[in-house]
Order: sequence, then C-alpha cells, then structure tokens
Amino acid sequence: MTVSTKQSGPANENVEVKNTTCYMCACRCGIRVTLRDGEVRYIEGNPDHPLNKGPLNKGVICAKGASGIMKQYSPARLTKPLRRKAGAERGAGEFEEITWDEAFALVEERLRHIRETDPKRFALFTGRDQMQAVTGLFAKQFGTPNYAAHGGFCSVNMAAGMIYTIGGSFWEFGGPDLERAKLFVMIGTAEDHHSNPLKIAISKFKRNGGKFISINPVRTGYSAIADEWVPIKPGTDGALFLALINEIINQGLFDREFLVQYTNAAQLVNMDERSDEFGMLVRTEIPEEEGCFDPQNKLWWDRHTDKAVITHRDGADPRLMGGFQLEDGTPVKPSFQLLVERVKEYTPEWAEGITGIPAGTIRRLAHEMGVTARDQKIELPIAWTDIWGKDHESVTGSPVAFHAMRGLAAHSNGFHTIRALSILMTMLGTIDAPGGFRHKPPFPRPIPPCAKTPDRPEAVKPNSVLDGMPLGWPAEPDDLFVDDNGGPVRIDKAFSWEYPLAVHGLMHNVITNAWRGDPYPIDTLLIFMANMAWNSTMNTVEVRNMLNDKNEDGEFKIPFLIVCDAFQSEMTAFADLVLPDTTYLERHDVMSMLDRPISEYDGPMDSVRIPVVPPKGECKPFQEVLIELGSRLQLPAFVDNNGKRKYRDYPDFITNYETEPGSGIGFLAGWRGKGGEKFMRGEPNPNQWAMYEKNNCIYHYELPKSFQYLRNWNKGYLEWSQRHRLTRYAEPILIHLYSEVLQQFRLAAQGKTIGKQPPPHLRKRIETYFDPLPFYYEPLEAQLSDKHRYPLNALTQRPMAMYHSWDSQNAWLRQIHAHNYLYMSPELGRKGGFDDGDWVWAESMWGKVRCMCRFSEAVEPGTVWTWNAIGKAAGAWNLEPTANEARKGFLLNHLISEELPSGTGGRHMSNSDPVTGQAGWYDVRVRVYKDDDQEPGSLPQFAPVAPVPGEEPRRRPWLAYFAGRRK
Amino acid sequence: MSQLALVIDLNVCVGCHACVTSCKEWNTSGTAGYMSDDRPYGEDPTGTFFNRVQTFEIGEYPNTDTVHFPKSCLHCEDPPCVPVCPTGASYKRPEDGIVLVDYDKCIGCKYCSWACPYGVRELDEHQKVMKKCTLCVDRIYDQSLPEAERKPACVMACPTSARLFGDVHDPESEVSIAIRESGGFALMPEWGTHPANHYLPRRKTQITIHKDELVRADNPLKKEGKLPKPDINEPSLDDVTSW
Repeated sequence: MTVSTKQSGPANENVEVKNTTCYMCACRCGIRVTLRDGEVRYIEGNPDHPLNKGPLNKGVICAKGASGIMKQYSPARLTKPLRRKAGAERGAGEFEEITWDEAFALVEERLRHIRETDPKRFALFTGRDQMQAVTGLFAKQFGTPNYAAHGGFCSVNMAAGMIYTIGGSFWEFGGPDLERAKLFVMIGTAEDHHSNPLKIAISKFKRNGGKFISINPVRTGYSAIADEWVPIKPGTDGALFLALINEIINQGLFDREFLVQYTNAAQLVNMDERSDEFGMLVRTEIPEEEGCFDPQNKLWWDRHTDKAVITHRDGADPRLMGGFQLEDGTPVKPSFQLLVERVKEYTPEWAEGITGIPAGTIRRLAHEMGVTARDQKIELPIAWTDIWGKDHESVTGSPVAFHAMRGLAAHSNGFHTIRALSILMTMLGTIDAPGGFRHKPPFPRPIPPCAKTPDRPEAVKPNSVLDGMPLGWPAEPDDLFVDDNGGPVRIDKAFSWEYPLAVHGLMHNVITNAWRGDPYPIDTLLIFMANMAWNSTMNTVEVRNMLNDKNEDGEFKIPFLIVCDAFQSEMTAFADLVLPDTTYLERHDVMSMLDRPISEYDGPMDSVRIPVVPPKGECKPFQEVLIELGSRLQLPAFVDNNGKRKYRDYPDFITNYETEPGSGIGFLAGWRGKGGEKFMRGEPNPNQWAMYEKNNCIYHYELPKSFQYLRNWNKGYLEWSQRHRLTRYAEPILIHLYSEVLQQFRLAAQGKTIGKQPPPHLRKRIETYFDPLPFYYEPLEAQLSDKHRYPLNALTQRPMAMYHSWDSQNAWLRQIHAHNYLYMSPELGRKGGFDDGDWVWAESMWGKVRCMCRFSEAVEPGTVWTWNAIGKAAGAWNLEPTANEARKGFLLNHLISEELPSGTGGRHMSNSDPVTGQAGWYDVRVRVYKDDDQEPGSLPQFAPVAPVPGEEPRRRPWLAYFAGRRK
Repeated sequence: MSQLALVIDLNVCVGCHACVTSCKEWNTSGTAGYMSDDRPYGEDPTGTFFNRVQTFEIGEYPNTDTVHFPKSCLHCEDPPCVPVCPTGASYKRPEDGIVLVDYDKCIGCKYCSWACPYGVRELDEHQKVMKKCTLCVDRIYDQSLPEAERKPACVMACPTSARLFGDVHDPESEVSIAIRESGGFALMPEWGTHPANHYLPRRKTQITIHKDELVRADNPLKKEGKLPKPDINEPSLDDVTSW
C-alpha cells in the first residue's frame, strides 16, 4: 500500500452522495450514503440530522447501520414473485417464479371474492414495518377488522400502561430527559430499545456526572456502564415499584403540589359499596359537552373549609389523605388515600422476598429518587400559562428520569407493573418536566386517545369500509368490539372481554386461532415482514405444523398465505405466494405523524426515505403493492368517484392523500400548502418530497419554549395542538393515578352497569385484573405451573448488533453473533454437574431445546438468558444448512406457549396480559440439565430449505467487498 | 513530532460494535481494502477486522462488572512489530507516528503478528498480506472532506463519543487532556512498547444521603397530619426518671 495524503480514490470514479433514513432498526437515524459507480461505498450517520448528534461528534451510526451494505447485497434477497409449486408442502420452500401481473391477478381475484362476501376472512398482519398508517388504512378500506402490527408481542404493555396513566409513553412518544437529569433509572431495557438516541443520551448523562442505576436480571450493554446494577428476578418489577411507592409515601418524599394540580390524586372517590357508582370519581354536574376528554367536574376535599369543592378552585387546598362524607351522606376518599391503603402491605421487606432485592437497597433507592427529586429541583426561566389560566414565572422539574421497555412489558403482569412505574414517576413530579420524562408530539393525547374500533359485528359488511378503526383505545366497556354474547369479532380476539385493552392486537394468536377456526376460520392471511414461522411466534414447532395443516377435504386450514418480505426466511418457506419487497435503500417511505414519527421533546418531527439505489430484480415496495391492490379492488381511498385509480404510485399517494377530503392532514406534516408554506395541516404540496430531500429528509418544528413543558396542562401547547389538529380538544390531560377506565370494566364484571357486561366465565377475570390501582400478581404462567420442577426464569435479550431476526444474512453482523449460548450462573453448573460450554437441555412445561451453556456472573442466579433470534432454521435466510445459526444456535421460542394451561378463563386463553393481550413471552419457566451424550448440535432441527428462484447462490467460499469493483 | 492516537473511554462504551463495522465498511472499499470474509454465509464465518470489541466480566455475582473493550492497533511509540519485519513492509511514520504496512513489500510471514503482544494484526487469507488499523489514514488528511470529518471512521461513528482522536504529543490536545485528567492508561506497559492509544477507566458516581436530609420541614405529610413520629405508647425517659 502506498499512502498519499489525498485518498479519495481514482479521479475518474463516479461518486455520488445521497441522504435518506436508516432502517437497520426502528430508530430511523438519518444516513448519508456514498455510492461509487452505483455501488454502496459507505453509509454514515448524516451529521446534519438531529438524531445523530453525539456528545462530542456528529453523524454517529451503529453497528447495524454501518453494515447496511451487507444487507443490500445479501444473497437472501428475494428478487421475483414466487408461487408455491403445486403439490409442495408448505415449509419446504419449493417455489416457481411468476410475473407480477400473475401475482396481482391471483390476489385480486381472491380478495375481491372475500370482500364481496365476508371481509373479515382476509387478515393482514405486519412486523416492525414503520408503515402502520398505510397498512391500517388498507385494512380499514378493505373492511376487515383483522389487522395489527407486531406490538401485541413487542411492548404494548408499555404503550398502554403509560398512555392510560400519563397520556404518553416511552420511545417514539416520549423518553428520559438525560440532558438535565441527575439520577437515571433504567429498568428491563433490551439493548435496542432504543438504540443510538439512548446511547447518545446515556453518554451525555454519564459525562455530566449523574448517577445511572440499572435494574435488570442481566448486566450487559447499557447496564454495563451503570454506576449501580440492581439484579432483580424477572416479572417482579411491579413488586419493586409498589414498595418504592410505599417508602416514598412513608417518608413524605412525594411532590404534593404536582399530585394535587396535575393528577387525580386529590379527587374524591365514591366509597359507597352499595352504590353502582362505587369506585367512581364523584361528579358535580353533567358536562355541557361530552367528548374524548376528562370533564373538570370532579371534587376535592378542601382543607380550609373542610368541605367538598370543585377541583382547581382558586384558593382551595385539597386533602390527599383521609376519609370524608359528602352532604348527601356518601362516603368518599381522595384517590391518593386509596393508593396509600393499597401499598400499605407492599413493604420493602415484602418486596425483598419477591424481587430478590434487599429491603435496605429498596429503601435506599426510594430515598435517592425522592431526595434527588425534591432537593435538586430544576427551574428554567420560561414563563408559561396553565390550562386553568394561571401564569407561571418558570418551569420546574425534578431531575430523576426513568426508562423501561420490554423487560417490564413482556410479562402477563406488565400492564399493572407499568402503571405502577408511571405512578412512581408521577409522585416524583417528573412528567413532561425538565430532567424527567418528556413527551414527544403528537403526545400527550387524551387518556385514552380518541380513536376507537367499531363496537359491534355489523361494522364488518361486504363491499364496505370498516366502520371504525381496526385498532383503537377503549375508554369503557361499551367500546369493546364484541357481539351480543360478548364474543370477539376479531380473529385475534383483541378488544373482547378476553383482552379488552389490546390496543396493538394479538398477532401472536392469529395463526393458532385461524387454524382452530376460533372464533371463525379465515381465507387469506397476508403477512408483511414478520417471521411468524420462527422468532415472531411462540410455540414455534406447533405453529409451523398449523401453517401446513389440512382439513379432511385436503384444503389447508389457513387456505391462502401471502408473505411479502425483502428476504427469504423461515416464514417465506410457508407462503403460497411470496412478494419480493425492496430494501430501505431502494424505496420511498414516510415516518409519519399518523404512525410513529421521530419527534423530539421540543416539537414534532417526521422524516422520509428516498431511494439511493434502484430496486434489485423485480422487487417492489410493499406500499406500491397495497396501492395497486387498493386500486384494483376499488377501495374508496384509492380510487376516484368513477372507480378509477387515483394515485400514480406511492410518492404520489403520500403527496396527495388526505385523511378526509379537504382535511389538510396527510402522511407528512412538513411543507404542506400549495407552496409548502404550511405545516401539520394544509393542502397537498406537489413539491413536498423535494422539500424533504433538500432538508436532510426531515421536517422538524421546534415549539416555542413556553409550549415545550408540562404539556398535559400547558394552555399554550394544548391550544397549539388543537389548532394544528394534533388533538380534537384543548382540555387538561390529568394523570390517572387512579384509573376510572379500569374501574368501569370492574363494575361491568360485577353487574353494576347497564351497558356491555362480560360473559360469565370471564367475570372473575375482569373483576380481578381491572383494578383501578396497580397491584402485584405473579405472572400467569408461574401461577399455573410447577415452580419446583421448573425453578428458573428464561429470558431473551437483544444484542445491539442485531435487530429481530433480520441480520443473520448480513456477512459482517453474523460474525459478531453467529450462534447463541444460554447464559447462566456457574452455580447451576455446579449443581447440575456440567461445565461452561457443555451441551445442556433447557426444558419448560411446553418443550425443550438443546443448547450450549455459558457461565456468567452477570446474571441473577434464578435466571437464564440468551440473545434473541440468533438461532435460525437450516437453510433459512439463504445461509448454508451447516451455518452456526442452525447448528449451534437455538431459539428459545420453542419453550414458550402462545396459550396458557387451562385455568380460570377457560381453555385456549392467550399466554398474555389479561388487560392488554401483551404476549407474556418473558414468563416462561424452565429447568436446565446436562445432555449426557454431548453430541454437538442444537435441537430441535428442521429439514433444510433450498434457495428459492431468483436468490444468489449461498455457497461462496469467501467474499471481498469493494464498492465499484475497481480494485 | 506528532503521535496520532485513539483514546477510548471505557466509562461510556456500551459495546455496540459501531466502531467495528464502520471501520470495516470504510476500509474494505478504501486504500487498505479489501477486507475479506471467509465462509460469509456458511459455517464459522470469519473475516478481517481492524477493530474488535471484547466483552468480559470482572468479579462475582452480585458485584459483577461487565466491561466492553474495543481493541485495535495501539500505534506503539516503540512498536515491536516493526523491527521484526524482514522486508521493511511494517513501518512507523515519523511525521505522525501511525504504524502501517506496505502491502507491496509484505510477504505474509506473520513475524509481526507474533511480535505484537496485543494481537491486533490480521493476516488477510486471500491477499496474503498483513493488515491492521491505519487510523483511517485515507480519511484524516483528505482535504476533500470537511475538517470535522477528517477523523477515523470509528471515531465518527461512535454513538457515545467513547473514542477520541488526536495527537498525544501535544499536551493541549483533547486526547492529552483526557489522559491527564481522567486517569488514562496504556495497555501492558511492562512490555515497553509505549502504546500511543490509551484507555480511560470506569468512573462511578454515588449519591450520599445523610439521615437528616430525609425528612424536611416542608414534608407534605405534615399537611395531612401524618408526619412520622413515634407511637405515644412507646416508653419514654419521662416515665422513669424522678429526682
């Protein structure tokens, strides 16, 4: 090598630089892609993009983002539409090429018939797709309720638990303000939730000298650099939070002013057990306007006058504790008093026995949180006005920030755990305040947000748009999507009495339910980029059998299966029809305000992808497929009044689509209006894409400083949000410390309401789990299993260098994680007579896997864990069948069931949170023992699948990537 | 003379491997490339990387630390890999201290990799030449790049800014200050190689709460009449002293 100081390469090379948005995970950083002679030379973080600003450097990127080249040129790329060969079994992966015309004709005919007869026999479920606004629109227009993305098994408990409490949630919709926090507590966070923005924030926080506490059964990744690691037994976080609340109340370390003004803590609850209003907040009058907001007609007990007064009355100072009697004799208590009573038994000593955390540590944590919040208040000289019209000279905050994700969410007690965390955060006064939790627009939204599903089966009609949203936010039992007998209307039973607040659906039960025909059989299942035959399903072996199972007449139980994906996977092998999607570098996309945008704390932000290379082979973006099908089927949103196709293509659709004619609300918020002079709302702008392209592919509106904080109650912000139609109402969003929403379901279960009531076999379940205050219960599987036989909790973590199952086909990333181990305390080996690296069996009540063990001191001794989705089926992702992923790697999902053992709810209940339907896949219990023969190789194994037509050959002895191939 | 180097802050490194793959993507198509991969889609894939992250544990449960440790050529001031090279392919640049390999002279004899106590040299199995970190010498002097981007790819990429780059001979440089002020250390100094790259140690923050800080005069329980106080029936001195 000769080194010169000018190293840009040959002068005649053709170098282009283009900006777009990453999609190697869900963070959606801005990227700058350098091409040399049309090949990707380099992908780096766009230094001008707000998400990529490191503490000291700009333009950061992660391991996945920097390996996008190997995704683009992966031999697992699907390049042609494929049809399962006649007579081939599903799962064998035997396909023949067909043309797009044939593929569209096939799907059109099938879907047209379904839509004309019974639209719910078509189901559309998607993975981590970042385009739920368009897939959801397609489902609604088609008229099927059977639509959801992967949130039901991802972290819906986090979204629902927080949104039903504080009107916002972690990640896309909010997060910790680590610029100003002094204490940061991270609980149960997978290493990619989220990725670079959290790494950047933690690093800044550490540099500023704050204390970082990680509460997690495992110490890896972010937890490694925590100042204190607090190991906890999985699924017991709720017990910890309730004990922390107990101690904070006992010491008086809560922020009284915050609780009084901004939550329903001081509001009076009807305590008359004979009343149908028992447990409801007492109201003074019927509000003039009813809508999707909390009317301000509740009562406080004023300490000065010793009488009930309407809340927020000038000069009133309510009691938070005690019991009182209204003039009509009704006994009442402030809801905070009920919380005090609730946590009374939840002492640190009690929690020690459940969580494994010493009581002294729990007390110290509570003191550190409470004293830091109380004594290190942040005061910013920003004048603002609250929604009751009171002017404030400054914004104050308590510098204690939290972050949590799947470690809390993926347990069947996760909803109440997350309610408890939200209440803990609220008691410290850290909601949308500097140094604490901060919302990201369009949040905060009303509790719960306004969108609703239909509430009756008649909403699904042939040749009709669904009358309601496929997914919504039930506010009361009458919002449930059930039939006259209280039975489910959706195939996944979401929004039924089984899982009433299943706001992201239950994708994890779709295949099992459809196979069983419970509540009904379907005809066509369209899966977009979700690996439901492998890591995105529980009970993987049986689900694969169900996909291939036939009725006595020889017809598949799920008659037609369409899979759209960019890569050959375990799932595509089961498809009847495979549609080749593009990669993220080949297509237009929007990170829309209608979906999950990339907003910042200081204001709304959305972004786009713009292709940097042409699609490979015959790949077609899935959005184009939907628009083509929507046009062919003449779904109203996609055609004009004469039934003619309305949109040329996806970019044209994005430019011109409005949520309703003339609404001015579309997929992109920036540069609306004819000349791009408006934002959030305005007529379509024909040059909108070009304007995004010129501006690093983002639109970012920074709110005035006085609108940036305390937005649940900030008059300026709420009115701004209403004017720009982020919200319908400009009403205060009081924190639901006490959840009346849940109490209404409980009252229905007790037969005290006139509206919808649960069927008899579910009454007890609803009454138990719809508690208006958080409580701790052991995860459902643990309640129903033999804990003596299966003494260990088994978990997965996600490595930072892999996302879902996406990256095993990536030649660089798979060198970092080619196979996985089961990590465990060396103590288990000593007891079980095996050594580090031995082959062991991990067995649950549902099945067993053979895997290699690895001893670790960084794991709570009652827990074993592995990296998620590293193990692959032989031949999948176009890896050689001897690849480590298949031979040494393993999938923990084989040990987890999608359904619970028969119990109180009856048979075939989902292994899920009874409130939200969140898959309880972190609940599984196992035992681990030595494999006596020590033959190398993981089990179970599956017959290898062959490459499909259009894939590149997988057998390459070696690879030497050099962009442009000039060397 | 200058000595360019990396200073890696173990206090913020989360082991994400951004430095590993951004190095690979820059260098495989750059002047030091290609960087080959064997069995890229088969059994035991292995390839050339100039930078790798090792993760290890220290201590016993529950007092366990997990350390992520990125490692690449340390550009030693006294590099043992240079004098052992029979062809002069391995050399240290006088002007900036970067240790490089001239591929045209390298015969792939591996003497240098045996001599290197840090194990950071990588023989490319296909070109049969020894490769290693160049500190992205084809970026850092490239006048066509904006000045802020004339840094090694790994430094540009690092999400936690754990990687600093500069001249450790300049006492006022960011890297020298970091080494001086934050306890920077070199690896295995006993070998006398004087590595130019340094590491910054873990630094832990603690919160101390004095007992008398716990309850403050404006404790909100006061308003509810619930300020913690001893039970009236507990024994007191007043009951038992009577002179």
